Amino acid sequence: MITADRKPFEEIKASVKDYDKIMVLACETCVAVCQAGGEKEAEILASELKLAFGNEGKKVEVNDEHVIRQCDDEFMADPAFLEKVKEADIVLSIACGVGVQHACNFFSRTITDKPIRVVPGLNTTFMGANIDVGLWEERCLGCGDCVLERTGGICPITRCAKSLLNGPCGGSSNGKCEINKDTDCAWHLIIERLEVLGELDRIKPVEMYKDWRPSHSGGPRKRVREDLRL
Amino acid sequence: MKSGSNLERLLEKGEFVITGELGPPKGTDVEVVKEKAAMLKGNVDAVNITDNQTAIVRMSSIATSKILIDEGLEPTMQMVARDRNRLAMMSDLFGANALGIRNMLCLSGDHQSFGNHPEAKNVFDIDSIQMIYMVKTMRDEHKVICGDEIEGDFKMFIGAACNPFADPFQYRPHRLAKKVEAGLDFIQTQCIYDMKRFKEFMKQVVDMGLHERCKILAGVTPLKSVGMARYMAANVSGIIIPEDTIERLKGAGKGNVAAEGIKIVCEQIQELRALEGIAGVHLMAIEWEHRVHEIVEMAGLLPRPKG
Repeated sequence: MITADRKPFEEIKASVKDYDKIMVLACETCVAVCQAGGEKEAEILASELKLAFGNEGKKVEVNDEHVIRQCDDEFMADPAFLEKVKEADIVLSIACGVGVQHACNFFSRTITDKPIRVVPGLNTTFMGANIDVGLWEERCLGCGDCVLERTGGICPITRCAKSLLNGPCGGSSNGKCEINKDTDCAWHLIIERLEVLGELDRIKPVEMYKDWRPSHSGGPRKRVREDLRL
Repeated sequence: MKSGSNLERLLEKGEFVITGELGPPKGTDVEVVKEKAAMLKGNVDAVNITDNQTAIVRMSSIATSKILIDEGLEPTMQMVARDRNRLAMMSDLFGANALGIRNMLCLSGDHQSFGNHPEAKNVFDIDSIQMIYMVKTMRDEHKVICGDEIEGDFKMFIGAACNPFADPFQYRPHRLAKKVEAGLDFIQTQCIYDMKRFKEFMKQVVDMGLHERCKILAGVTPLKSVGMARYMAANVSGIIIPEDTIERLKGAGKGNVAAEGIKIVCEQIQELRALEGIAGVHLMAIEWEHRVHEIVEMAGLLPRPKG
């Protein structure tokens, strides 16, 4: 899933300080699971903003709303919800960057009599797994050409700090990466895993240059399924 | 001859070679390069020119290599995968060749988080092993990656680094084998202090026959002080300094530690020279260029032969 962290409160506050009616908009999917941008977090953020502006003697109206997914028209099309959006001076979205952009785009298409400002309350971080309670780790960079079949199910593009396809580099020490002793060396993990699988020979041949075109290097990506299009 | 470099000729003749290292200045001061070059001249067979080592911005390795050529020394230009994509690498390699640079070292590069611009975006379009293969293709097939012909000559003696002390230890000879497979001509190792572990590594390398497919130069760095030894052991990844080496430095007493460090490195060179599969040493006397002559002389490696 996509993970995110809340932006520093002062930064959020500064981004909405010029508006009187603020809507904090939660997203109930990925960022709710990682407890950064769900309904509960929206309530807390709305209260914090009210309190902070109140202490400065500024009268503001801060409401919180939530939708299942801000990255999909289907979940934001409710007319009653759109009415509330229209009443706000600014929408503080605590979805991931995809949700913020899509909400912005959706509102511009559906609310034509008033431009709706949408600003982000989160910093979107990565595509990762929930490893333990309160712990998420990055697992995929979305390079568009998966190599996991030959690397024991551990991604070197994402989990090696240098994205080496023929690792490990000389900085691997006691199973840890040179950049940080809390970070596992992906290639150490790959070698251990391939040994268990009896497949160490898989990494014997030189892995050739990667074609980065399917990744973001090829420009912003688009996925079209003609069979699903109307 | 793959490159016609002095280093290649000496290694082909079976001479025990010694290479040095020179870190370019953090700016434009050519005199610094010339002073260091003068201290190395006649004492080593080729000089590695580092490429923004430890991710700190310095004069480019190409420009510094050219200054060395003008000073009458032979450079080994280092190139890291951190700062350049494949286009920039090949373009810089054309330029380097045109300027007379004939040895190079293909490296991944220290991560930028160690340097003075940790906020930078890295590249890592291709890795060091792919870089070796790229340069070999350019030299032997006269083609760039996409298959286009190279206009004009392209000659290069292809080197890389190898850290026998990194983990997983048992995999290290296999990674060297991959570099050999990619087209490597010579390898320089990380600084050796733990001779026992290095010998274990070399035994595997010799058993695999890798020493017959590439020239292996053993890396050594003289220890200037007990503090330096402790710092390197604790902070430089892949460096293991045995406690008895540190004790020996300590035992030398005040004012004599540096001399003891030089004595240790000369003993190491003798020990390495006797080891099967070792074709030379790579002496990394970082910011200690003025002691290189003394070390090489004491190690019995002077005068240097002509290739």
